[in-house]
Amino acid sequence: MKYQSQSVAKIYFIGAMVLFAAQILFGLIMGLQYVIGDFLFPLIPFNVARMVHTNTLIVWLLMGFMGSAYYLVPEETETELYSPKLAIAMFWIFLLAAGLTVVGYLLVPYATLAKMTGNELLPTMGREFLEQPTITKIGIVVVALAFLFNLTMTVLKGRKTAITLVLMLGLWGLAIFFLFSFYNPDNIVRDKFFWWWVVHLWVEGVWELILGAILAFVLIKVTGVDREVIEKWLYVIITLTLVTGIIGTGHHYFWIGTPEYWQWWGSIFSALEPIPFFAMTLFAFNMVNRRRREHPNKVATLWALGTGVMSFLGAGVWGFLHTLSPVNFYTHGTQITAAHGHMAFYGAYVMVVLTMISYSMPLMRNRVANSNFAQVVEMWGFWLMTVSMVFITLFLTAAGILQVWLQRVAATPMSFMDTQLQLSLFYWLREVSGVIFLIGLVAYLWSFFCKGEAARA
Amino acid sequence: MSGTFTTSAARNIFFGGTVFFALVFLALTFQNERIIPQRDQRAQLAANPGIAVGKRLWETNQCIGCHTLLGEGAYFAPELGNVYKRRGPDFIKAWMKSQPTGTAGRRQMPQFNLTDKELEDIVAFLKYVSEVNTNNWPPNVEG
Repeated sequence: MKYQSQSVAKIYFIGAMVLFAAQILFGLIMGLQYVIGDFLFPLIPFNVARMVHTNTLIVWLLMGFMGSAYYLVPEETETELYSPKLAIAMFWIFLLAAGLTVVGYLLVPYATLAKMTGNELLPTMGREFLEQPTITKIGIVVVALAFLFNLTMTVLKGRKTAITLVLMLGLWGLAIFFLFSFYNPDNIVRDKFFWWWVVHLWVEGVWELILGAILAFVLIKVTGVDREVIEKWLYVIITLTLVTGIIGTGHHYFWIGTPEYWQWWGSIFSALEPIPFFAMTLFAFNMVNRRRREHPNKVATLWALGTGVMSFLGAGVWGFLHTLSPVNFYTHGTQITAAHGHMAFYGAYVMVVLTMISYSMPLMRNRVANSNFAQVVEMWGFWLMTVSMVFITLFLTAAGILQVWLQRVAATPMSFMDTQLQLSLFYWLREVSGVIFLIGLVAYLWSFFCKGEAARA
Repeated sequence: MSGTFTTSAARNIFFGGTVFFALVFLALTFQNERIIPQRDQRAQLAANPGIAVGKRLWETNQCIGCHTLLGEGAYFAPELGNVYKRRGPDFIKAWMKSQPTGTAGRRQMPQFNLTDKELEDIVAFLKYVSEVNTNNWPPNVEG
């Protein structure tokens, strides 16, 4: 760690880990509710568990991005952070807002929460992933603006690099597109249309810039390859991302009341979306193969390579699987979507944040890398979580294929609920994989507490 | 990637490409705004204020946390974009009134304690959504 103020990243990463654990626990509850329908009902209905599962994911990834940015920007710009105090204050405000929101989800019925928080003044609640009370959304905007102000001031006074430029573009884009979450027209078609301007333009747009910048930063550090080479790759990757991804939004506009022409635009451009992810895989492996140093933090390199592979599989391959409109006609809104969502979020965003944590946490704890033992434990975490996520995805895909067949293709289609009963076997297997994921998470978290002599090059 | 292909060339291609395709996307969006009035049942929406009330009820009871609506949402409970056509208004109201079923081991839907007027509004909203032109999705009435 070269600059003292980089250490503000630490609390962001710790906060992220706590929410990650909560996310997985609620995921397991939901997985069980898929097969034992009345599990924890009415204490934690499925919709509540799902809100906690998805919202904690979003918040901990945002915390991970923020922590990564606070670590990365001072080092790249070669200057101390503009205001470490502001960064720390914003962390606590963010954690408090997220915590209160989750408590609200769990303790009162959602309709009561809507009433308590004055949703009728500016109704934004009750849409998928954007379930947060309006007041929480305003809090997110405040935190994001303070965060961007802090970083922008840092960048302005320091060295300008391609990595910081791309990271800042991604983060500003994240904040700007979130503003569409405040737009909630009565017209369901326009509501859905602009809802995707948050959701798609985040995960298949600006978040990929953040992902690329963080990955490029870690690769420079662990491989010692010339910045010039890495930055050129970064630009090529994000060019491919936005050229395909912006119009690729059209793959959400097939069946929601929008015109037919989106089927062409959406199918063609989103079919190209795997290309930047494939470039990312090549990038990670190429840089590691051309490494000019043996960094003692082996597990950080493993996470970086894992991000390259798993984001391509989850976002690229599993996205392509159902993105062409004639295919999507049958798969839209089935377990195929769930399969893709799980592996894409894990492979791209979870893994890149864990890459950054893996690289930077030892440095913030005054060592270049963790002990060999701690790294081995972390690698167990890596493999258990990654392999179990592959299986979660495969089982959900199998469930999805069966669901499409029974409910949408068969000569005498079954009802939704009858179909669900037929999928139980796959849901059970998914739940078992989820338990293994949890074991992997425990190993991962345990690795932070493993002692031993620090590893050397 | 070396030689004549410089970092600044890569950056310029990035900015140029992004701006160009963002503009194409905006053009498609404007075209979209011009076409959807023929598809989104906005006349119904204007004629019956109950639909907007129903949409708010849909949102504040977090229906999307279990159900899909035009294929978007959670995959735990049936698609409701076409439930009006599949089940009809009376069934929907009776169903919501009788929840939860309490059948052991089966998925449970909470009791939302809606008034008769609110049930009317939810039904009006679901009827409106079911008449949006979705390019014939879903493939059959089961959703």
